[in-house]
Amino acid sequence: MIQINNISKSFSGRSIVNNISFTFASGKVNMIIGESGSGKTTLLRCMVGLNEIDNGSVLFNQRDFFKLDLKGKKQIRKDIGMLFQGGALFDSKTVEENVMFPISMFTDLSESEKRDRANFCLQRVNLVNANKLYPSEISGGMKKRVAIARAIAVQPKYLFCDEPNSGLDPKTSIVIDNLIKEITEEYNITTIVITHDMNSVIEIGDQIMFIHNGANWWQGTKEEILVTDNKEVNDFVYATKFMKDLKSKF
Amino acid sequence: MKLFFNFGQYFILIKRTFSKPEKRSIYVNRIFEEITILGIGSLGIVAIISVFIGAVITIQTAFNLQNPLVPLYGVGVAVRDSMILEFSPAIISLILAGKIGSSIASEIGTMRVTEQIDALEIMGINSAGYLISPKIIATVLFSPVLVTFSMFLGILGGYVFGLLTGVVTNYEFIYGITYQFIPYNVMYALIKAAFFAFIFASVPAYHGYYTKGGALEVGRSSTKGVVYSSVLILAFDFILTQLLLT
Repeated sequence: MIQINNISKSFSGRSIVNNISFTFASGKVNMIIGESGSGKTTLLRCMVGLNEIDNGSVLFNQRDFFKLDLKGKKQIRKDIGMLFQGGALFDSKTVEENVMFPISMFTDLSESEKRDRANFCLQRVNLVNANKLYPSEISGGMKKRVAIARAIAVQPKYLFCDEPNSGLDPKTSIVIDNLIKEITEEYNITTIVITHDMNSVIEIGDQIMFIHNGANWWQGTKEEILVTDNKEVNDFVYATKFMKDLKSKF
Repeated sequence: MKLFFNFGQYFILIKRTFSKPEKRSIYVNRIFEEITILGIGSLGIVAIISVFIGAVITIQTAFNLQNPLVPLYGVGVAVRDSMILEFSPAIISLILAGKIGSSIASEIGTMRVTEQIDALEIMGINSAGYLISPKIIATVLFSPVLVTFSMFLGILGGYVFGLLTGVVTNYEFIYGITYQFIPYNVMYALIKAAFFAFIFASVPAYHGYYTKGGALEVGRSSTKGVVYSSVLILAFDFILTQLLLT
């Protein structure tokens, strides 16, 4: 479980994240949604410590991340897997080496054991026969799957996904969404997904937080988001013609 | 004010770079990888430049020693001292600042803008230590080797081209390069080479590490890294010469 309390963050006096509190449950896909520029990614970067926060606290199973020393922070980060928007795979390493990298850094497994673990993770994300390829030689969807395999390689307790579907076709998006959902339930991970893709929200979202102007504007479930009377949420959810038509039918 | 900020940030980064590694064996392997990429990969350019500079110094010195009162073995002395005292440690370091420095800044800068450095941090890895320390250690260890190689090839180039063009005889050149040879000069050159290597690895690494933006900024970081490290090499060339030779 991850709990954030009154998180605020500003850059050059401009408030980006404003007093946000939320509890992200384990074994569930927690979604942070909102328009572009609403502060989603900044909030995520604050939660994982890539940005310092101005106020508030981030508790990973009751341990306050920002009050820990460097060693304590490193310890928590070893339990974090992160799927970056662009994949953030290491260009100079092959697919297999990318997945093996965190295993090599944090375990004392033998070379063959590391390779076995990496292959298990790659099979888990349905990626076979790509072990020896470099990131520049694989598609966007494959990169996301390698990034997921790398994120789960050392069995994380927390999984952060920054717009996992960006740049993917609808079919591949569903594959990635389902993979995130399956892994979350299978390993009882606290998963936090940042997206503005409503299909993903309806597909896999368990808990949803809607951010507007850097604030926690609305929170609820995927069933509740479709019927809420909150204007900003409605404007976001029913922004497309397809969703508007769908709403008019019910 | 920005100068002080950059100095402070640079020294904080260097401190982080040399903090305790997560896994020593992986860092040691990385040092050998970097020696291969940055050091051995530079042998070709160092060899070509050194041979031709040695040849040019020989011909130019011979051309300027037309006075019959000045012995021709002065050509050998000039080639030896020019190569050992200045060309091999300083000019080769400036060339390496261009080649290795731009490579380091653009590699680390690209990793920054494509979130690869963030990925390392999220994994609980000291990204500065993992990425920068093997590059600095590799260049500091290997640069004296490159400089020694350059001294040897420069003098050899001078000798070969001197004989081929007929500007100096075999005896005069050999006598010249051994005449009043001071072994400490080689030590002085190697100290300078190691010091300059630290500059041309760490300064571009700093600029790459703090790149913000995209491809354009990576290019700017690379340019800044090369320019600042070149200026620092020249400044420290003067300081070290003053300290070590007087």
